Amino acid sequence: MTNPTITVGNGANAEATDVADATASPRHHLLDLDDLSASEISDLLDSAEGMLEITGRDVRKTPALRGKTIITMFFENSTRTRVSFEQAGKILGADVINVTASASSVSKGESLLNTVKTLQAMQIDALVVRHPHSGAPYFISNYTDAAVVNAGDGTHAHPTQSLLDLFTVRNHIGDIAGKKIAIVGDVLYSRVARSSIIAFQKMGAEVTISCPNTLIPDEWQLGTVLDESTGFDGLKLAKNVDEAVDSADVVMALRIQQERQDSGHVPTLREYAERWGINSERMALANDDALLMHPGPMNEGVEISSDVAHGAQSVVEEQVRNGVAVRMAVLYALCAPGKSTRVSSGDEA
Amino acid sequence: MAARKLAITGGRVIDPAQGIDMISDVLISNGKIVEIVAGSPGKSYGDYEVIDASGKIVAPGFVDLHTHLRDPGQEWKETIITGTRAAAHGGFTTISAMPNTDPVQDSAAVVDDVMRRAATDGVVRVLPIGAISVGQKGKELAPMGELADSGVIGFSDDGNPVADANLMRQALSYSVELGLPIINHAEDKKIAAGGVMSAGAVATRLGLAGVPAAAETVMVARDLHLADLTKSRLHIPHISTMGSLVALRAAKESGVDVTAEVTPHHLTLNDEWIFGLHGEVPAIVGSEAYDTNTKVNPPLRSRADVEALIEALSDGLIDIIATDHAPHSATDKVCTYNDAAHGINVLETAFSSVFGLVDVGKITAVRLIESLTAGPAEILRKDLGSLKKGFSADVAIIDPGNKWVVDPTQFESKSVNSPLTGVELAGRVVQTIYQGETVFELNAVAGAKQ
Repeated sequence: MTNPTITVGNGANAEATDVADATASPRHHLLDLDDLSASEISDLLDSAEGMLEITGRDVRKTPALRGKTIITMFFENSTRTRVSFEQAGKILGADVINVTASASSVSKGESLLNTVKTLQAMQIDALVVRHPHSGAPYFISNYTDAAVVNAGDGTHAHPTQSLLDLFTVRNHIGDIAGKKIAIVGDVLYSRVARSSIIAFQKMGAEVTISCPNTLIPDEWQLGTVLDESTGFDGLKLAKNVDEAVDSADVVMALRIQQERQDSGHVPTLREYAERWGINSERMALANDDALLMHPGPMNEGVEISSDVAHGAQSVVEEQVRNGVAVRMAVLYALCAPGKSTRVSSGDEA
Repeated sequence: MAARKLAITGGRVIDPAQGIDMISDVLISNGKIVEIVAGSPGKSYGDYEVIDASGKIVAPGFVDLHTHLRDPGQEWKETIITGTRAAAHGGFTTISAMPNTDPVQDSAAVVDDVMRRAATDGVVRVLPIGAISVGQKGKELAPMGELADSGVIGFSDDGNPVADANLMRQALSYSVELGLPIINHAEDKKIAAGGVMSAGAVATRLGLAGVPAAAETVMVARDLHLADLTKSRLHIPHISTMGSLVALRAAKESGVDVTAEVTPHHLTLNDEWIFGLHGEVPAIVGSEAYDTNTKVNPPLRSRADVEALIEALSDGLIDIIATDHAPHSATDKVCTYNDAAHGINVLETAFSSVFGLVDVGKITAVRLIESLTAGPAEILRKDLGSLKKGFSADVAIIDPGNKWVVDPTQFESKSVNSPLTGVELAGRVVQTIYQGETVFELNAVAGAKQ
């Protein structure tokens, strides 16, 4: 299969056609952030600036992806991410088709492979995939010529969420390098945590995690800094939440699921709120102008208290707004005319 | 059976049961071993048909205590015909048949059917294993006496560990009178908690739920104590963790009647193979990752576990190699890692993959062959796995210099689920003789692919 070289957009305007190819690299899918360099990420964020301007117009429509077909295929419940991708595609002028598939459709007969092959036969340009199994977008990418965008796979990765987090932080505090990021919450089961760790570290930030010992991998140990062998070199694991939040520039609270209580990972959500919940006392330990983030949906009163969730430092709603712009930048980079990576079967060598 | 007379001449005969390792000729008549004639190069044997084995290793046919034939019930994955042919291809002349068929081998009727069809359709010997519990459900004991009378060589609920410790105790105790081992897949499913690969840095990086080594180790420890309590025979299948080895050594030293097997894949592959690059660790996880042909239970473990297993096999703590040959069709493997079935197609790559350990000096050829012949025969307590006079003429002829690239589409097995696809291996079984008849011979064309 051919794997044409395309570039991620670095212009401020999606309607510009002369996107420089200074950062050219083979880019066919967005599966995780580990295969993007810091400069490629910066280019995507630059492009998202222009996209954000478009989302603020009276007429939110550009012809950038006119004639392109994007399918969102969600095997897991999601409102915000699916709508965000759909809106991103539509503002760019693409035709967006939403497929809501149950993960149990495999047991009903049609395999994921056949589903993908069927969609492939319809000449689509991008496939946005959310799946409860880690690695599903990687599997799918082997069977389609369309650009595959990972919209969250199992407990593995959620790259567009992390890109929008970077974008939000950058818009507030500029250069991310050297900044202190505290991520508080379930790391073991959180694709957001993993992608965010990779993303912020890649941009030069210092990332510290805090959560119950039951919610980190067995080979990690609280109170240590991870080495290269873990795949998360330099990640700090705080002994407690106060240590993580102390003088942080960004505090990110992650959703804690009721099922973590049911499975014995935490005694009760009440105790979790007490020991790891982000509230005004804990925010006071962070830098004065620290940002408070949450990928949503929030359990107010559990991992985040209502007053800080809607307080002056909270950028939660801005994250959602930025999500559309960032996803526009991603879809544009992968599907824009002249850089489309889709090849018909007849083009194959 | 054939009245044919065969003389396998000039090969390095390795028969660990007799302590033989020398250039010799092996004489076969009427399907039995006649004798091993040492040090007579060029000697003629009258009316014997001669197989020139110079430059080759001549070993007893291999014996596998852990094979999944999928027949009856899942014939699209494997049948007695294709499974025994795959065995012959790999040098195995005796294989077992794990009871996780449909219906389960938990009654004389099913076992009799398998044995009858194996005798007529199979090209090598098939010895069935009976279920421990009815339907392998872990609730009540299967009719173990009836199964023993039908000829099973042990009892196992295969992939279903006997979770109920008291049922395990009763099974061990009841089997004492039958003289047969209990073979319990050691895995605490609660600790495994739905994990799909070994816990560790690779699982964390791939976001796959990890099974801690402790899931195996705690059940191995439990079973060893129960075997001690009941003074029964325990055989630990596919042992895979360093912790299990510590428990095994302590139990053996205190006199517990226990044996253990290790698979070729746990001796040669580690969890880094799940990146899909034949063990290479990539800087960036690519679309080749989540290779479902690496999904197996117990999971591929860490580098350290692999080294410990090799050492334990070499020093005899682990008694034997068994394949856990587990064929699966494409629909079970061309899917996400979570959805994929557990199991690796092993019979036809088993010897070559572990022979690589001889090449790098981690184990001797004699010990390796012992673990595939005399070792399992001793657990079976049968006259197999040796070239002793009067034994069934089961022979594997090995070309230690034969290099080949694994191409599962060339397998005799019906399935292609091998993580070794595209890997070059050295040392290969080139001819297999069962009861004096050649049941596999590597043809010149296929063998030329070097």
